[in-house]
Amino acid sequence: MNVYVTMATAERVLRQLRRDPRTLALVLLVPPLLLTLFRYVFDGSQMTFDRIGGPLVGIFPFTMMFVVTSIAMLRERTSGTLERLMTTPLAKLDLLLGYALAFAAVAVAQAGIACGVAFALLGLHVQGSVVVVIGLAVMNAVLGMATGLFTSAFARSEFQAVQFLPAVVFPQLLLCGLLAPRVHMAHVLYIASFAFPLTWAYDALSHAVAGTGSAKIVRDSAILGGVIVAALALGATTLRRRTP
Amino acid sequence: MAVIEIDTLTVERGRVPVIVDLSLGVEAGTVTGLLGPSGSGKSTLMRAIVGVQLVTSGTVKVLGAPAGSATLRRRVGYVTQAPAVYLDLTVAENLRYFARVLGASPRTVSAALQTVDLVGYERRLAGTLSGGQLSRVSLATALLGNPEVLVLDEPTVGLDPVLRRDLWAAFRRLAEHGTTILVSSHVMDEADHCDRLLLLRDGQLLADDTPAGLRARTGKASLDEAFLSLVEATA
Ligand SMILES: Nc1ncnc2c1ncn2[C@@H]1O[C@H](COP(=O)(O)OP(=O)(O)O)[C@@H](O)[C@H]1O
Ligand SMILES: [Mg+2]
Repeated sequence: MNVYVTMATAERVLRQLRRDPRTLALVLLVPPLLLTLFRYVFDGSQMTFDRIGGPLVGIFPFTMMFVVTSIAMLRERTSGTLERLMTTPLAKLDLLLGYALAFAAVAVAQAGIACGVAFALLGLHVQGSVVVVIGLAVMNAVLGMATGLFTSAFARSEFQAVQFLPAVVFPQLLLCGLLAPRVHMAHVLYIASFAFPLTWAYDALSHAVAGTGSAKIVRDSAILGGVIVAALALGATTLRRRTP
Repeated sequence: MAVIEIDTLTVERGRVPVIVDLSLGVEAGTVTGLLGPSGSGKSTLMRAIVGVQLVTSGTVKVLGAPAGSATLRRRVGYVTQAPAVYLDLTVAENLRYFARVLGASPRTVSAALQTVDLVGYERRLAGTLSGGQLSRVSLATALLGNPEVLVLDEPTVGLDPVLRRDLWAAFRRLAEHGTTILVSSHVMDEADHCDRLLLLRDGQLLADDTPAGLRARTGKASLDEAFLSLVEATA
């Protein structure tokens, strides 16, 4: 691994994103718009908005980065640039960390804007620390990115890559506890929910929003960190120098 | 000394043998043409030489090391058949990125652009270039850092005659400075630019000879006809 090559890759990915202002605008503006929508859907119940809106701020980056990364990496595979890079001294980790750095930077901006709008304009109320919520949002973005990198290996086309969103992300959204408390779920689902990273992401966010259980936030973050490392390692195994 | 040494190489793709028990050597400082019809296995053979192709059996060595070794990654330049270029970056941004990945000095960027005759296109978005210009950007990325071996998969396809002549002159200059060049083509009309020709058909080597040797052996004046008579002789 080479820091210089990693940074060059991160810079290149950011340049590509900058050339695509529409995607950038979607990534940065859709979360605050959806939050606004939520705010007025729950117009009569500020408490519900507080309970769901806070964690949502941290979960948007996960879904967005999942899609953006899986398509970016799929393009890298299908355009031949990946094959070309695999004949250069670039280490697989340089490529993965380059993507991770670039998208983490976008995630900071995304989470920052979403939080700014939610707290300043929509009156979202958070008992805990706003900084912790933003930090968790960035972590979820990196998690989404790592998962997207890995799943992109199983997509042959952009159509397929997009379909991984409902297949991989929606079940996690349903089971993570955001929509209904996990303890109220069918027992099998409750048990299964422990296996999904988004469950831990939501758990950490809900504690951060409620201002309770900083020990749990640390535990959840550690689990998420482990999942990120594992997903990146799995992603690295799907980047083959030699292909059939 | 043979820069590329292939010994009894067999490659299967999707269970179909694409390269069959092939052995050959490519000498240092030469321009070697890998010629054969579409589907004969040229790209597969080149992928094996740069070490991105899973091979079934046999060995491929480049500069004395197994193909694809980490030590070779700065010493071997590769141009894929489809241009490997980021369409949403400018020409200069593409080249600067590959230069940084290869650890090549930024100065080699302008030299590479000169060789492929794209000076003045630095700020153009790659996605707005024509097919021929795009394949020259791809070629330029392989020239960065002056690799000792260049593996070029159909670099002159779709280019006009003037550009093709200039590129072949550039290949010749590079070879005179010691670079070993393996270049593939599915048309025979460029074969006379090569020191040596490898004729590939259905994954097998039909001939490994100089253009003059090939003409003498087959008694044909045109290399196209020489190739056909070799095909008929083996049929
Ligand atoms: N990814 C692949 N999977 C299976 N077969 C392939 C693949 N790529 C090429 N082939 C087959 O391998 C043979 C040789 O292809 P290729 O090396 O691209 O030939 P050329 O470059 O001479 O046109 C062809 O029959 C082609 O259909
Ligand atoms: Mg080919």
